[in-house]
Amino acid sequence: MTPLLEMTAIDKAFSGVSALVQSRLEVRPGEVHALIGQNGAGKSTLIKILTGAYRRDGGSVIFDGAPVNFSSPRQSQDAGIATIYQELNLVPLRTVTENVMLGYEPRRWGGFIDWRRAHRRTREILDGFGVNVDVRAPLERCSTAIQQLVAIARAVSINARLVIMDEPTSSLDDREVDVLFGVIDRLRRNGVSVLYVSHFLDELFRISDRVTIMRDGRTVGCRPIAETSKLELIADMLGRDAEEIRSAGMTGFGGVHAASGERLLAVEGAATLNRLKDFSMDLRRGEIVGLGGLLGSGRTEAAKALFGVDRLTAGSITLKGARVSWMSPRQAISAGLGFLTEDRKSEGIIPDLSLRENLTLAMLPKISRRGRIRHDEERRLVERFIRELDIKAAHMDQPVRELSGGNQQKVLLARWLALEPELLILDEPTRGVDVGAKAEIQRIIRDHVEQDISVLLISSEFEELVEGADRIFLLHDGRTTSTLRNPGVTEDMLIGAVAHNANEASVQDGQ
Amino acid sequence: MRAQGEAIRDMVGSLLRRAKGRGPFRHGGLVALVILLAFNALVTPNFLQLQTLFVNVSQVATIAIVALGMTLVIATAGIDLSVGAVMALAGATAPLIFMSAFGQAYPVTGLVLAFVVPLIVAAACGLFNGLIVSVLGVQPIVATLILFISGRGLAQLLTNGNLQTFSNPAFSYLGAGKILGLPFQGWLALALAGSIFWLVNRTAFGRCILAIGGNERAAMLAGMPIRSVKIGVYMICAVLSGIAGLIVVAINSASDAARNGNLMELDAIAAAVVGGALLQGGRAPVFGALVGAVIIQLVRYTLLANGVEDEVALIAKALIIVLAVYVQQARKE
Amino acid sequence: MTTRGPFDLDLRHMVRGDTQMIGVWVALLALIVFGLLRYDNFGSSYNIFSFLNYNSMFIVISIGMALVIMTGGIDLSVGSVAAFTSVCAAYLSPYGIEIALPGGMAAGAAIGGVNAFCIIAMRIPPFIATLATMLGAKGGALVISGAQTVSVDWSSNFTVFGMGKAFDLVPWTILVTLLVALVAWAILEHTLLGRTILAIGGGEEASALMGLGVTRAKTFVYLFSGACAGLAGVILASGYGAGQPLEGLGWELSAIASVVVGGTLLTGGLGSIPATVAGALLLGLVFNILNFENGKGTISLSAYWQLVIRGAFLFLVILLQSQFRSRPNAPR
Repeated sequence: MTPLLEMTAIDKAFSGVSALVQSRLEVRPGEVHALIGQNGAGKSTLIKILTGAYRRDGGSVIFDGAPVNFSSPRQSQDAGIATIYQELNLVPLRTVTENVMLGYEPRRWGGFIDWRRAHRRTREILDGFGVNVDVRAPLERCSTAIQQLVAIARAVSINARLVIMDEPTSSLDDREVDVLFGVIDRLRRNGVSVLYVSHFLDELFRISDRVTIMRDGRTVGCRPIAETSKLELIADMLGRDAEEIRSAGMTGFGGVHAASGERLLAVEGAATLNRLKDFSMDLRRGEIVGLGGLLGSGRTEAAKALFGVDRLTAGSITLKGARVSWMSPRQAISAGLGFLTEDRKSEGIIPDLSLRENLTLAMLPKISRRGRIRHDEERRLVERFIRELDIKAAHMDQPVRELSGGNQQKVLLARWLALEPELLILDEPTRGVDVGAKAEIQRIIRDHVEQDISVLLISSEFEELVEGADRIFLLHDGRTTSTLRNPGVTEDMLIGAVAHNANEASVQDGQ
Repeated sequence: MRAQGEAIRDMVGSLLRRAKGRGPFRHGGLVALVILLAFNALVTPNFLQLQTLFVNVSQVATIAIVALGMTLVIATAGIDLSVGAVMALAGATAPLIFMSAFGQAYPVTGLVLAFVVPLIVAAACGLFNGLIVSVLGVQPIVATLILFISGRGLAQLLTNGNLQTFSNPAFSYLGAGKILGLPFQGWLALALAGSIFWLVNRTAFGRCILAIGGNERAAMLAGMPIRSVKIGVYMICAVLSGIAGLIVVAINSASDAARNGNLMELDAIAAAVVGGALLQGGRAPVFGALVGAVIIQLVRYTLLANGVEDEVALIAKALIIVLAVYVQQARKE
Repeated sequence: MTTRGPFDLDLRHMVRGDTQMIGVWVALLALIVFGLLRYDNFGSSYNIFSFLNYNSMFIVISIGMALVIMTGGIDLSVGSVAAFTSVCAAYLSPYGIEIALPGGMAAGAAIGGVNAFCIIAMRIPPFIATLATMLGAKGGALVISGAQTVSVDWSSNFTVFGMGKAFDLVPWTILVTLLVALVAWAILEHTLLGRTILAIGGGEEASALMGLGVTRAKTFVYLFSGACAGLAGVILASGYGAGQPLEGLGWELSAIASVVVGGTLLTGGLGSIPATVAGALLLGLVFNILNFENGKGTISLSAYWQLVIRGAFLFLVILLQSQFRSRPNAPR
């Protein structure tokens, strides 16, 4: 069978940094093809090259038997490739019909849109999906699942040969997922191919025919789903050996309870509107607690709930024995918390301000008297942290945007360490920094824990969790599923536990 | 079309980058200022005379004072269209007070109140703007549009739309007084610029302004009081506009609610932008705003003094604004 | 399911079931009923025609503004453009309305083209770009007129447009305004261009990813808004017998207020032409009624109340809109 889509030896670099290296992808007609990989593995880049949002540096794309080179989303759409992006590319204020038909709507004399036919056609497509909605209603009134289906309906209406879905189920509940899968099945029966990007492995086994695995910008495997297992896929994604993981996963979770300080923080059944469903954990003084889980498991959301960014809809947070409910990060900070965010650029640095100003941002109240900043003290403090953390910069008044990623991260770390918080939440503290800076940052964290700061460490790097944390809480789908205690936790055990979570979505607490 | 636009921008951008080194548009502004001064010295008759300086300083002071406030607002990624209306409102209030029966009976108290009450009124306008922007989350352009429209109407209601002339030497000192031979309001503008500079660079409040404009989300996560800082910024801007409104009234010894501060929002925005303020926020070049105000005034003066009509000056101003923002845009990318 | 043709003027369809848009119709109706009951001459054809004649300029400008705002943009230049084109039209008046009308509209569209170029090609924010053309057009109007009103040629048919009635029945201005509203409505509701305009306001990037002609639609709205302002300028010159370079001050704000009162979201993506017209009528009617009230002698409100009331109206609508928009998402 000739493939519908063949991408071979695709290269792409962004300002000198390779995002894709000789990656490939092949999709057959009428198959559901899954594409998986860790964050930053290059899935989105590959898709954007296919749809014409990015231009490739090298390699070839053959679609429907002919080499193609799309330079805009419109071109790929016209060629029969419809994409449903993670952030739905729909217009919520407009009607369902418009979102399905826009750009391809039926016309009548004089170029006017024939709304009657447009509505009817939209209703037909959605009825075919088993969905009954008012197609004249604004899309924003529909549930996320319906919006998802509307996006697919759009793909169907333009007679797409290939439908690309990027994390289509990440915000759907189980019943909605069933409906979606029903629709995908229907597409497959009609000979439409689906390229399905997801990090929920269970789904792949339910819906897809073959799976392509990516890691670090390369395609590391392509397997028929029937001939593989979750452990194999995880091993491929992480670049490990499947046998090791399997044996480690079966050894069970042992270990000795390490920390013994007073209980600083306890969270019971916390839920927010932001995908956190049932999160529980506790943390003792002087302890490093890790939060682990696959992408989308709710780790960052848990941190945001703790820090007063998202409000709790259920459950409770207890700090030093007193129940707290913060309305803003400001309150969390004054209660002794700090939060190093995952996204350095959009939630961390203020690019045009200097290193000094960024470093002292959170502690302005502490270094100012009646609103006036005490500059001597500020400079002393900044000097101290530049020295202690070995921040490399021309001088402290250099704009922080001119610093390297690792040094920016150190500045942000210093921002919180300078506050001398009781609990520091670190969300992916070493992401996007080079190996040297990474080791340094890990050392800094360890040093400060010895100085009586407790740390909640969120990381998608298993090594970091295993080596860094005293205990590790694992999350899956916004819920705490299990706990691992150090010493004794190995990386493979952790990977095994995560895989088991993905397998069963509920694994018992270790012994 | 886009490619062409990019080509043009690259060209202009690289030219300017070469011209200005590390410091941003501030230096470009200074260059423009020097060119303007040199041009005038050569071409404009009687330019290098004290009288010229005197006229320009008294004209530029109001623009500069309002531009200071506008710079702060723009630094938080906002904008304030209501400055002209607030000028009219404050300007209309003052004569009402010292010309009232009470003001006649107690001249000193009346005079003090004639300074204080208008500024309180202005501050209230700023509070109103700030609340709509920060609490309701309405875009600043729209939020300040409300007072832009009705503020001047209120001022006209207060005065019944009449031109209020008065003779009150003490009050008029604000617009006609001199220190060391230069108009009082010039010194006032400098003093205010100094204070605002101190506010921006030496206080936690100023740091918050820059942080909010630079990255509001990061500022929020660092525990900054976003709402109160925004409200404060709009209030400062309104009070500064109020002061400018009083100066205009004092210069004319008359309050004309219809004309006081008319189109001032444009001058102030232009001055702030030419001075190096980024519309995206995050930068508050205080003395840049002064330079910007001087440039705006000088352009107008240059054209007028050389027999070009006021209306052409408008077109020149339009070009300056577009060019300044365009260059900013180029630098940002 | 009822079926309907493309041009069915069904009220529910026009207002698209949005409460704020219903609000403007209800308010308009209430004011009309109030006026009819309270004032003898309110329903007289003289009052109706002079009211509509006067407000036609604002309605036309509001329609252009509505399209711009629906894309999430803004056009501050409309008032100055109207002043500029009124002068242009006055100079063209000897050639008759056949030349002066298209000429004036073309002049307006040309300035709209400058706006579009600045916004799309130079990527200057709409607010700043149109602010600049506002100054530029004002300067241009003053320059070509010598800062004087330019009287029109009374011997041509030019003034018939602004003062006369078509077939001795309806003022030409009202007819033309209706035509503009109809064209804008048809474009918006029944063409891809119109739908693209709304889609851009709802999400510019999403629209581009959908493969819609974003650049084309944005160019169109600024051209259209410029042409509408041009038409208003022609009406101005023709109705008052002179090109008025000093007019147009604050018109952009009246237009924005009308658009907002008509339920169009200032962030774009949602709005309707009929509701915009209703918004403009509503704002005009408030002053019409104030005039009647003054005439009755029950109150004596000066013209300055107009501005205050207009601002208060805007405030009210913004208040309602912000409530409306913030509900779907949790605070912050």
